Amino acid sequence: MFRRNNTLGHLYKDGEIIIKQGTPGNCLYVIQKGTVEVIKENDGGEIKVAELNEKDFFGEMALFEKDLRSCTVKAKGNATVLTLDKRSLYKTIQNDPSLAFRLLEKMSNRLRETDQKLAY
Amino acid sequence: MGDNTFAKLVNASTRNLEITDGSNIAVIGGGPAGSFFSYFAIDFARIIDLNINIDIIEPKYFDKAGPTGCNHCGGIISETLVQNLSAEGIVLPSRVIRRGIESYTIHLETGSAVIETPLNEQRIASVFRGLGPKGEENSNFESFDGYLLSLCKEKGINLINARVKELERHEDGIVVKCTGVPDKKYDLVVGSVGLNPGALSLFKNINPSYIIPKTTKTHICEFYMADTDIDKYFGNSMHVFLLNLPNIKFGALIPKSNYVTMVLLGDQIDSKVVDSFLGSKEVKGCFPKNVELKTLMHCHCFPAINIEGAKSAYDDRIILIGDSATSKLYKNGIGAAYITSKAAARTAIFQGISKNDFQNHYQKICKKLETDNNIGKFIFGVTSFIQKSELLKKGLHATILDEQNKINDKRRLSSILWDTFTGSAPYSSILQRGLDPRVGASFIWNTIKQTFT
Ligand SMILES: Cc1cc2nc3c(=O)[nH]c(=O)nc-3n(C[C@H](O)[C@H](O)[C@H](O)COP(=O)(O)OP(=O)(O)OC[C@H]3O[C@@H](n4cnc5c(N)ncnc54)[C@H](O)[C@@H]3O)c2cc1C
Repeated sequence: MFRRNNTLGHLYKDGEIIIKQGTPGNCLYVIQKGTVEVIKENDGGEIKVAELNEKDFFGEMALFEKDLRSCTVKAKGNATVLTLDKRSLYKTIQNDPSLAFRLLEKMSNRLRETDQKLAY
Repeated sequence: MGDNTFAKLVNASTRNLEITDGSNIAVIGGGPAGSFFSYFAIDFARIIDLNINIDIIEPKYFDKAGPTGCNHCGGIISETLVQNLSAEGIVLPSRVIRRGIESYTIHLETGSAVIETPLNEQRIASVFRGLGPKGEENSNFESFDGYLLSLCKEKGINLINARVKELERHEDGIVVKCTGVPDKKYDLVVGSVGLNPGALSLFKNINPSYIIPKTTKTHICEFYMADTDIDKYFGNSMHVFLLNLPNIKFGALIPKSNYVTMVLLGDQIDSKVVDSFLGSKEVKGCFPKNVELKTLMHCHCFPAINIEGAKSAYDDRIILIGDSATSKLYKNGIGAAYITSKAAARTAIFQGISKNDFQNHYQKICKKLETDNNIGKFIFGVTSFIQKSELLKKGLHATILDEQNKINDKRRLSSILWDTFTGSAPYSSILQRGLDPRVGASFIWNTIKQTFT
């Protein structure tokens, strides 16, 4: 269906799964508009780990490990998300390592937040 | 040479020219190159705990429609740039994106074909560099250049609304003179003045070895249409024309909110060339029937575009970036401005601001772009050759249609064309993929088939 759009990326409807825990992945995602929920699925059910907003990224573990996706991410309301291909991202980082500064900075923030949550 | 003179020379060339706490940087020109440099320089400085001051000096008002806020451009933000900016945390807001582009339609005399974006996502943005063409009153939107400047302002960068009239070199800095603003001495002056001849000559005056980029004349015009008509006739597709018309290497119609931007690139495009393009049945066929195209034209211009990079675009305390240094041949000039600006910011903050620093760390990035442009010239030579042959165009058309009909097959030629016209990949990568025997074989096979139909 034709959709005139002023937002880039793919539109996910409320509740639609963007990445599924346990599936292989080789992309990083950046939220262009809206909110997504990061969910850890256990035998017993689902735990919401985080809520991410515009400019936040997710799926970064696939950049560094060949492991399966560690969480499920779904749209909370309508969310538009841009896919960043692992191969082209690495090519760019090879020419311009400073592109990784923000990714590292954000990942370090997330580690700190997790540390703080564990401490409580 | 006396010992003394030698010592002085060594001293001058190895002298520590660095950005330190409290350094002042003038960025002349607030187009994409100027904004990208400022944005990244202040970020890099923050990472290593440096406090610096940056003034961007720009005479245009990007919140005004028409020439006062226009930086003459097709307004395509390439797929690679969209991705890189997203990774940097710069997400283009809806009020800047006039339309998300999800395919391109290639028009040849032999027919048309639609090539969809990889991943079925809108990955390319069409924008206006200013608020829009003369008479644009749609205040829901914002200019791309204005948006980048607003990001810089959020980071504490100072915007001075003035035109630089003179630069004066002193032992301990460069004095920048503008009308209506007191003269100020800076530790580093960044030239991001695009291809403005007067402004480039200011840099040549203080850096005589600087050779300005070589350019050719292009054409841009804006057609005003109702947004519903644009949806109907253009959709979210950038229309690209490979027609056998003199002087034109490449023509494109880019849909935006309620305008369609026409861009013609080639050799010395003039009104006669423009008329021949507008008169072609392939171009007319994109618009509503019986409409007189000239009545839709809201504004038009013949801006210059880089065809060969500058030489010695740096000296002690001076660095030229963006179009003033080098660009990407015919495509993704804003993406090239991002690359050169960031390289200049990295050099200035992490290495130093002497001629040697720029030569050792910045020059190689410009050289890489130039080498890639030479490959681009070859690729455009090949497309010009195909453009002139009806049979080859039929073969090209048949190959694209063939690829688009095979859902799970690799669309090799389509992806090469996608990258050539959208500027999404370096020309070297396009050439490498073009040399894949499977691409040649499928193209030759489809061309042979055409000779029998
Ligand atoms: C026909 C055409 C179509 C194009 N289409 C595209 C496209 O679709 N996508 C793309 O990525 N690129 C495109 N480009 C290329 C793109 O426009 C340039 O590469 C890009 O604008 C370069 O950015 P810049 O900041 O170096 O220069 P500019 O954008 O030219 O900015 C220079 C700035 O310097 C300011 N300035 C000039 N003189 C002075 C002075 N004396 N004092 C202070 N400020 C001054 C100007 O006001 C201006 O704002 C196109 C170019 C042309 C000609």
